[in-house]
Amino acid sequence: MRVIQKLGAWLDLRLQLGTPIRETLEHPVPRETASWFYVFGSAALTVFMFQIVTGILLALIYVPSAGEAWNSLQTLNHGISLGWFIRALHGWGSNFMVAIVLIHMVQVFLFGAYKFPRELTWMVGVLLLLVTLGMAFTGQVLRFDQDAYWGLGIGASIASHVPVIGPWAVNLMLGGPIIAGATLSRFFALHVFVIPGLLIAFVGLHLLMVLKLGINEWPMPGRIVRRATYMQEYHELTHKQGVPFVPGAVWKDIFFSGFILIAIAVCAVHFGPFGPGGQPDPTIIQTAPRPDFFFLWLYALLSFLPPSAETPILLIGPAIGIIVLLVLPLLASEGEKSWKRRPIAVLTILLIAVALGTLTHLAEHAPWSPVMDAWSSQPIPAEFLEGRTALERHGALVFQVKQCHNCHSLDDKGGQRGPALDKVAVRLTEDQLIRQVIQGGGNMPAYGKNLSPAETSALVAFLKTLHPASQSPARDASRAAVLGPSEVSPR
Amino acid sequence: MNTDNGISRRAALVKLGLFLNGVVGVFLAVPIVRYLFSPVIREKKIGYESWLSLGGLEQFPAGETRLATYRNPVVNAWDGETADIACWVRNVDGQKFQVFAINCAHLGCPVRWFAQSNLFMCPCHGGAYYQDGSRASGPPERGLFQYHYKIDQGNLFIKAGELPTPGRAANTAANTKRGANTCA
Repeated sequence: MRVIQKLGAWLDLRLQLGTPIRETLEHPVPRETASWFYVFGSAALTVFMFQIVTGILLALIYVPSAGEAWNSLQTLNHGISLGWFIRALHGWGSNFMVAIVLIHMVQVFLFGAYKFPRELTWMVGVLLLLVTLGMAFTGQVLRFDQDAYWGLGIGASIASHVPVIGPWAVNLMLGGPIIAGATLSRFFALHVFVIPGLLIAFVGLHLLMVLKLGINEWPMPGRIVRRATYMQEYHELTHKQGVPFVPGAVWKDIFFSGFILIAIAVCAVHFGPFGPGGQPDPTIIQTAPRPDFFFLWLYALLSFLPPSAETPILLIGPAIGIIVLLVLPLLASEGEKSWKRRPIAVLTILLIAVALGTLTHLAEHAPWSPVMDAWSSQPIPAEFLEGRTALERHGALVFQVKQCHNCHSLDDKGGQRGPALDKVAVRLTEDQLIRQVIQGGGNMPAYGKNLSPAETSALVAFLKTLHPASQSPARDASRAAVLGPSEVSPR
Repeated sequence: MNTDNGISRRAALVKLGLFLNGVVGVFLAVPIVRYLFSPVIREKKIGYESWLSLGGLEQFPAGETRLATYRNPVVNAWDGETADIACWVRNVDGQKFQVFAINCAHLGCPVRWFAQSNLFMCPCHGGAYYQDGSRASGPPERGLFQYHYKIDQGNLFIKAGELPTPGRAANTAANTKRGANTCA
């Protein structure tokens, strides 16, 4: 013991760090902040450090070359002892980090922590969110598979929308005229040097301000933040009623961080590493690129935006969002902190959560994408064929061969790009069916040039049978009046 | 030498030192910026886009649309398979051709050709195009990108070399009519 004490004293005389460290550890915090609600920031920091370690371990093997990256990932997965586990830890760590950063952000927003004097802490936090998402996106590119390749194409397409400098922005992003070796190299530099550097710098600033200004006190309804009096009030909360950070509050942080690390490890063991998917060979076009989980909402949004709104929303939307987040603490630096008295804040969070959740859920099913192989892999259910005439069955064949099934479902099988056709005969008369098939419209291609008159007749004959037994098909009342009831009798 | 002079002289030396560093900084910044922007500057060089052979005409029967691949003209040794690019070749009537980029005009995903329904469909956001490349439905604002083409000694050539994107389609034939008439 005495040797250790002597060594400590020897080091401290030279480093002079003992006192500041002790002061930092023992600084008083408001009693109520020793809470399970205050553990997300430290957990995010823990996961970030975990990502640095696992990232360095991966860099020992990974080759940031367009020609070799995919092979080196295969080697990591299959050729190196427990390489798959390190990849899985890094991949799941990434997901947990984004999730924890988002939860942390929601918590400090609802607890009013961005108000005076912590405005700048929040702003740096917003930058931390952006660089965290930047890490997630660039990391997805380093997993250099088909999704990464076509994801880069989507990124380039979005960048090309920027007025005037768009074409140059694309070349700058790709490092050349196409997605190739230079592209991967620069995303590697971003993911491994540039963004982590920013992340470390911002984390340092963020932590420094948390320590200097003190952790946000537990918000009490009615306790109003005023510039003139806040510092004095906070001083009383910490120095008269507070507890030392160590050990008063820190044990919950330690427990939660440990729990998160265990959760990452469990996910890594149970679910394994992410990909890589197919080889990044652009001549293999049988692929349906999907982004990683935290960008799925964007993927869904891109399919719903009308073409005319796409460029403004893609380019101006994120800028407005970031500016709103950055200036929020300046606009609302005083006032009520408690979420119980800030209904708009709570509603905003709920609205954003529901919107992102819905878009993410939709993107997991991608109902807007045609099911590319439905026409050849999903037969028409038998109940739609039984008791039909030869012409109607021929129409069913046309329905399959002309890939109608890729966009239209029958009995929940097939694409969902267009409406389900199980009951289409109830909605559309024969003439309307013919017009819709030949002219298209309402987001359906026109098939007039692709169907012979015989094929159209057969197809429409089949479509006319698609109605429940209890419901008669739609018919044109005027035709009955002109032709007489015998000519237009339904099946 | 009095103190005032000493301080002002040292202050002047500090300023001079900072100024010198500033000059050096500018001198270094020029090559660094040029290095960083080399992908943009290089675009101006001849040969960035070249005539590339897609193979003999016999591979592209009249009235059909076939997948073709080419090696990008500007490559590095470590580009691997990423420099192999696919495109769709439509032989309209034995005389006229259309060569479409594989990239959807919406956000660049690879479109697939369905000969039975004469449609190109995109797997990402559901864009669809007719056989002549014009927009049929979905989020794309325009038809498929087309390459300029020419036929030389029984081979089909296209002018290619950069990823077509919605904002910089100027280097590919802008629309169906112009594309079909440009070369050949």
